[in-house]
Amino acid sequence: MQVETQTELSPALLEFIRQWKDKPGNLIMVLHKVQEEYRYVPREVAFKVAELLEVPLAKIYGVITFYHLFKLKQPGRHQIAVCMGTACYLKGGEDLIRELEALIGAGVNRVSPDGEFSVEVVRCLGCCGLAPVLTIDGEVYGNLKKADLPDVLAKYQGRQVAAVA
Amino acid sequence: MKNIKLEINGKPVTVKEGTTILKAAQKVNVKVPVLCYHPDLPAWAACGICVVKIAGTAKMLRACSTPVEEGMKIVTHDPEIVQIRRTVIELILSTHPNDCLQCPRNQNCELQKLAADFGIRELPFEHRLRDLPVDTTTGSIVLNPEKCVLCGRCAKVCQQMQNVWALEFLGRGEKTRIAPAADVKLGESPCIKCGQCSAHCPVGAIYEKDETRDVLKALLNPDLHCVVQIAPAVRVAIGEAFGFEPGTLLTGKTYAALRQMGFKAIFDTNFGADLTIMEEAAEFVERFAKGHGELPLITSCCPAWVDYMEKFAPDMVPHFSSAKSPHEMVGVMAKTYYAEKMGLDPKNIYMVSIMPCTAKKYEVSRSKDMFASGHQDVDVSLTTRELSRMFKAAGIDFANLPDDETSDSILGSYSGAGTIFGATGGVMEAALRTAHHMLTHKQLDDVNFMAVRGLDGVKEAMLNIAGQEIRIAVAHWMCNIETVLDRVRAAKKANGEPAYHFIEVMACRGGCVGGGGQPYGADDEVRRKRAAGLYKDDRECAHRCSHENEEVQAIYTDFLGSPLSAKAHHYLHNQYTAKPLYRK
Repeated sequence: MQVETQTELSPALLEFIRQWKDKPGNLIMVLHKVQEEYRYVPREVAFKVAELLEVPLAKIYGVITFYHLFKLKQPGRHQIAVCMGTACYLKGGEDLIRELEALIGAGVNRVSPDGEFSVEVVRCLGCCGLAPVLTIDGEVYGNLKKADLPDVLAKYQGRQVAAVA
Repeated sequence: MKNIKLEINGKPVTVKEGTTILKAAQKVNVKVPVLCYHPDLPAWAACGICVVKIAGTAKMLRACSTPVEEGMKIVTHDPEIVQIRRTVIELILSTHPNDCLQCPRNQNCELQKLAADFGIRELPFEHRLRDLPVDTTTGSIVLNPEKCVLCGRCAKVCQQMQNVWALEFLGRGEKTRIAPAADVKLGESPCIKCGQCSAHCPVGAIYEKDETRDVLKALLNPDLHCVVQIAPAVRVAIGEAFGFEPGTLLTGKTYAALRQMGFKAIFDTNFGADLTIMEEAAEFVERFAKGHGELPLITSCCPAWVDYMEKFAPDMVPHFSSAKSPHEMVGVMAKTYYAEKMGLDPKNIYMVSIMPCTAKKYEVSRSKDMFASGHQDVDVSLTTRELSRMFKAAGIDFANLPDDETSDSILGSYSGAGTIFGATGGVMEAALRTAHHMLTHKQLDDVNFMAVRGLDGVKEAMLNIAGQEIRIAVAHWMCNIETVLDRVRAAKKANGEPAYHFIEVMACRGGCVGGGGQPYGADDEVRRKRAAGLYKDDRECAHRCSHENEEVQAIYTDFLGSPLSAKAHHYLHNQYTAKPLYRK
């Protein structure tokens, strides 16, 4: 299949694809690797993977739109996950989401206009005693009130990207 | 293969091992309802309407995909099974628009039929429609995902039968939809416009772009001289919309109906097919006997195949016949030769072509070569389905029209070779009849080349013409073509003899008789019957070879000179260019 793209992949990614090329189940493995490197699956990289693995692009999009884990849009530099498990929901998780939207201009599954934060909802982080809870780049913040949010966010604004979990 | 004995609703039946419950039930005249299942495709059990029970247990099986087992006792219908099927239909209807009256599939819809058969009178579930935009970007087929029932037939057809992969399931759960990858519209995707998705869709989610109104408007315009041509495969399929058996040859009635619609001249694409053969056979002789140009020569009359080649196999460009497709040839000749003879201004000629095909809608403006007359050579291309609707709206009593209506000179007569263009292998056979004459200057004792006929995906043969061996291949149903092309590439790489000298390709299974614009419900039996209708037409023609067609001879004497002349090249040939799979 000939797909035209100018994108250059990193040597590590190319090597990974070479190793997996003829193995069954390679597509998911390669897409994981892509997401590890880019934090999402950029469109032009999907084209390149289609070319290198010789699979139709439609198959790749079938997979990356099926699994929630794969992202098609570039996430913010810092990832906020707001818990909406039962406890957090009852203790005001929704208020946190509304307040975040007011503060950073991004609702659920959106990226703030400055590219700093993206927001997603998760179901139970396993620390219900701290409800309501959110995490930023994996760091847990519990017993949160709306008024706490500006200070919490300020710690991340302008900060380098933490290692992706 | 082993025989399996089982019981269906208490009736004993013996079938071959591997037969599904669905097919076994058909043998004892039991109809198990289906929606996602289609005989062209492997069953994949998406919808659940075909559930049946093992007698005496509560176990439900999907009849479409479950093979029979020795001693099985199957119950296909009881109140519980019928209720389950009803619920499945009600759930599908809960996300399906109920604007049947305005739907392109009104009275042709498999879901509508199921709802009618099951006597659905109420919708117990909340009606929740998906808000998804209609995609009209191909200009040939329209994708309306709101009406999609997610049966998956279109995606399977596009991927497995056609190997195009323009359509795929995207998303999951209630957000699942059928769409091209990478956020593009269908017109920017690898779609080759073959329309097989539209011919297989059970509902109104993918259908041909309807252009009948443009034609009716043109017919009402007193300044326009409206002319029409019908493709070979139309005459053996149009009857299906009026109660005839598939394959009934209805050329005369179709001409008569078109005349009743008000067309000033009735031409025949079969004439164009004869003209195509004159050019293509001459091209073959040029390459084969004189060594001018690359071998194999590959036919180019199927626009979906041309689109496929330009996107998926552009290395084949030098192998393609530069001859235009038959309806384009009739189009350009109508606006030049016919216009000249009749003293008409070509800008006032409105050419309508009736095709079994949705890709022809794309072809009419695919490149500047389609404007060789100085105007768009074919103004609009309608499918067989659109034509049948137009006849119905015009109040034409098609079944009772005379059979002896004839087409009009000077672009209307045809040979048997022209008419078999509509079946897989037909173009090859027609070309061989004339190429034989060009190479030997002798009459063929037997014009029938049986090896190229029939529904096998790839047909290969070796012929001997004038002491020379000619290797040919015929492929149809797009997924078969790569096999043939790979052999061509391997031979080229080895620098040896070409794998073949001549290759015919048609995108649709069975060729144009199974085209994406043909009446609904085609399966292999229907395709065979339609093809048989064309071979009957061939046998009954006064001339069996294109070069014997007197109107074709006249066009060369009066206008074009000879095949491959500069004038013929200007009007009847075209070029191809490599295209990206995704345009965005």
